[in-house]
Amino acid sequence: MTGFDAASAAVQAALDAGARYADARVMHRRYESMSARNGDIEELTQDESLGLGVRALVGSSWGFHAVPELSDAAAHDAGRRAARIAAASARVPGPPIDLVPAEPTVASWASACEVDPLGVALSDKGDLLVGATATMAAHGADLAEGLYQVWDTTKWFVSSEGHRIDQHIRECGGGISATSIGDGETQRRSYPSYRGQYGTTGWELVTSLDLAAHAARIAEESRALLTAPQCPAGETDLILGGEQLALQIHESVGHAIELDRILGWEAAFAGTSWLDLAQLGSLRYGSELMNVVIDPTIPGALGSFGFDDEGSPAARRDAVREGRWVGVLAGRDSAAVAGLDHGGSVRADGWARLPMVRMTNVGLEPGPHTLDEIVAATDDGVLMDLNRSWSIDDKRLNFQFGCEVGWEIKNGRRGRMLRNPTYTGIGPLFWRSMDMLSSETVAWGTPNCGKGQPGQTGHTGHPAAPARFRNVRVGVRA
Amino acid sequence: MSHDAERHPLDLAGRVVDLVHRLGGPGAEAEVVVTRSELALTRFANSFVHQNVAESGVGVRLRLHADGRTAAGGGSVVTPDGLAALVERTLTAARLCPPDPAWPGLAPPVSVPAAPVWDEATAFAEPAERAERVRAFVAAVGGLEAAGYCRTAYRSAAFANSAGHSARGSTAEAAMDGIARAGGADGVARLCADRLADLDGAALGLRAAAKARAAVDPVELPPGRYEVVLEPAAVADLLHNLALWGFNGKRFAERQSFAEPGVVQFDPAVTLVDDPLGGSGLPFDAEGAGRRALTLVDAGTTVAVTHDRRSGAQAGAGSTGHAAPGAATFGPTPGNLRLTGPAGVAAAGDPGATRAAGAGPPVGPEPPVGPVLDAETAALVAGMDRGLLVSDLWYTRVLDTKRLVITGLTRNGVWLVEGGVPVRAVRDFRFTESYPRALGPGAVLGIGRRPVRQPDRVDGVWWDAPALRLAAWNFTGGASG
Repeated sequence: MTGFDAASAAVQAALDAGARYADARVMHRRYESMSARNGDIEELTQDESLGLGVRALVGSSWGFHAVPELSDAAAHDAGRRAARIAAASARVPGPPIDLVPAEPTVASWASACEVDPLGVALSDKGDLLVGATATMAAHGADLAEGLYQVWDTTKWFVSSEGHRIDQHIRECGGGISATSIGDGETQRRSYPSYRGQYGTTGWELVTSLDLAAHAARIAEESRALLTAPQCPAGETDLILGGEQLALQIHESVGHAIELDRILGWEAAFAGTSWLDLAQLGSLRYGSELMNVVIDPTIPGALGSFGFDDEGSPAARRDAVREGRWVGVLAGRDSAAVAGLDHGGSVRADGWARLPMVRMTNVGLEPGPHTLDEIVAATDDGVLMDLNRSWSIDDKRLNFQFGCEVGWEIKNGRRGRMLRNPTYTGIGPLFWRSMDMLSSETVAWGTPNCGKGQPGQTGHTGHPAAPARFRNVRVGVRA
Repeated sequence: MSHDAERHPLDLAGRVVDLVHRLGGPGAEAEVVVTRSELALTRFANSFVHQNVAESGVGVRLRLHADGRTAAGGGSVVTPDGLAALVERTLTAARLCPPDPAWPGLAPPVSVPAAPVWDEATAFAEPAERAERVRAFVAAVGGLEAAGYCRTAYRSAAFANSAGHSARGSTAEAAMDGIARAGGADGVARLCADRLADLDGAALGLRAAAKARAAVDPVELPPGRYEVVLEPAAVADLLHNLALWGFNGKRFAERQSFAEPGVVQFDPAVTLVDDPLGGSGLPFDAEGAGRRALTLVDAGTTVAVTHDRRSGAQAGAGSTGHAAPGAATFGPTPGNLRLTGPAGVAAAGDPGATRAAGAGPPVGPEPPVGPVLDAETAALVAGMDRGLLVSDLWYTRVLDTKRLVITGLTRNGVWLVEGGVPVRAVRDFRFTESYPRALGPGAVLGIGRRPVRQPDRVDGVWWDAPALRLAAWNFTGGASG
């Protein structure tokens, strides 16, 4: 059967079994990753996955079932079982569920890709990682690691409302890291970030990173960090590099504006949100420099697509405008519960997983400054960059981040390197303290966003640029 | 399912090994794991089932070594064409890889331990059975909001390699994890079991509700070092991070781990055993090695780390049965740690008098009153002059791997204890702590006698965690920052 045929059969079976709405996704994914260490290939893996997941709404209760094959019998069985699971859900019923209206769409979409990542010779990709890690090892790194990953996904989506959408999405990226091991501690420097930079794009992204050109520098910096002074403890002005700010956005804005969290649907695991829907449109989230946009239409960014996994077309929407909270990430059912008029942010990480509210590209619009201007305007502070650890509470308020490297800022100049830089704060207070924002925006890709039970790994994008925050607590340690 | 999809896992694994020989020549070495699974999870929030999923899965993992080069592949496509494509692309990948001089070779044909008995009723539980436990949990919280999940998992797996070694086994597991919510305060109950029948939704709901009611109106305390009693859910996080970062044979070889075999690194009260067959588990790892109980810490002395064939060969120690897909990069890690204290040294509670901490109170005519709901935790708390009772830890991340410095937050209830009695609820803290230091010599003041099996995020991984009293825990921030 074709992907559309199998999805249609599953939807029909669910309807025949009592569902009032059903949708199904067939997904075929090829995944390739290679890692290298100290000049040798460490692991090369190529996976291929194909299957079908069907979602059924019986009354106001959902059920989902997935199977790893596309035969007519398997598709029908999956549809029937999804409806039966939905009926079981009704043993512990909730409030009535509706879906916000969606135009039945018949469409096809593919991400832009200049160089097919799976078409690049493995030997070339291996040479890239072997060369870069060998250089790092030669320049003092105890552990020189390199990694690339490729996802090539084709999806066929059918709903009982008439959707019929196929998409071909190619994603890839990579990076390198150097770790030096001292007496009782380790120090790491990475380029362009720990797991690398990722996008919905072709191998041209990895080529543009020029990993080899940065290998010697990060190895030497990782070793130098072992003897660098500790990041001082106390309150100071904090300048964040764009990569770290991307994760700050991800954790303290992106997750906080997920409507399922706001509604309590993730309370037991991922958590809730400090945001209250009654304050949508009026709450001050941050300073007036803070303009956060939900935008899955950004070409090449990792959270881009043509249609989400409910068939809603990609659309740009404001989340925070001039510091005021104005938008959420939503699905068709959560939007209906909240009285909103759009979904558009529901995705599943594979055929075997239930689509749920996920970040797409959530990022800051550019500011008026440059990093050099921000540094020059800072009398006393710390510049931190590249994430090393991240932790935030279940309401997305109290966070603590560690970075790979800090630099002392004195009298408008970048000074000595600082090791073990950390900073901590409370989300809205932190964002309200942002007083300078650079225009040097990069759409950073995060390929490891965990959420859901069973667990799902989402791919998200975060346009971000360096920014300054006032009076932030830094230097927290054991 | 189609004929090919219905083939027994061992049959499929052998077929892939044959394909490798046919397409790659007699010198090609191959190892294959085929897994069939039935995984289901019923999720609830705001006191109703909002997500309810099931997956029938099949997966093939192939690792092969040809002409001195190694590659791996896998997937869910088990048709004849799909298996042939898997073998061909993995052979192609291997040919293009640089040589792999550290290839440890295949596991020889050796017997693996007998698989523990698995429960068929759990493996193929109906969605209504999971929903019924959710209904009981929701009913037991007595009008509070409830959220959580009930899950069942079944895996049937087979291993075959071109050295003539094969093995097979099946496993079933159930878990339930729920919170009750009372005016912004949450209480948790969490349990993993070999049999769904051993999960009592009502008992877990009563426990969560009692904890939540005891957690209302928390006060904020200043950060600092406090003596603590950690309940099993919190202790599970310690075990998880010690396993991932400390006893991981690859990280040990890279000098990124704190572990130093032969050195007293923990309090004498601490014994840690990885016991994959202590519950329903597969009797072999991804390389076909037998999985057996392995003592990692014996009365405070670190005695072992975990290895697959590669890290074991490099360390001169051999495999400990901890190979897993991806372990070449992330390292072989324990996934079934049990923390115990030596009898008579630091135990607490009367095992004959009550259920273990975290398992839920016995269901009686009166709702239990929290936050202390079992004799083991009560005994530990009673010995504390001033400190904190902590239910759960959340979002823990490593700041430094070598000293295993972790930051994270408390969750699902914290209480100030004075004179051996919880006196009031406390708002959540952020902490930054070295886990080995917190468990170091002289730091462990008491360990509950009976560990409570805590589920991980994936089935097959669990932590046998008792309540634990520690001399100090470094809280570095409060709810206000």
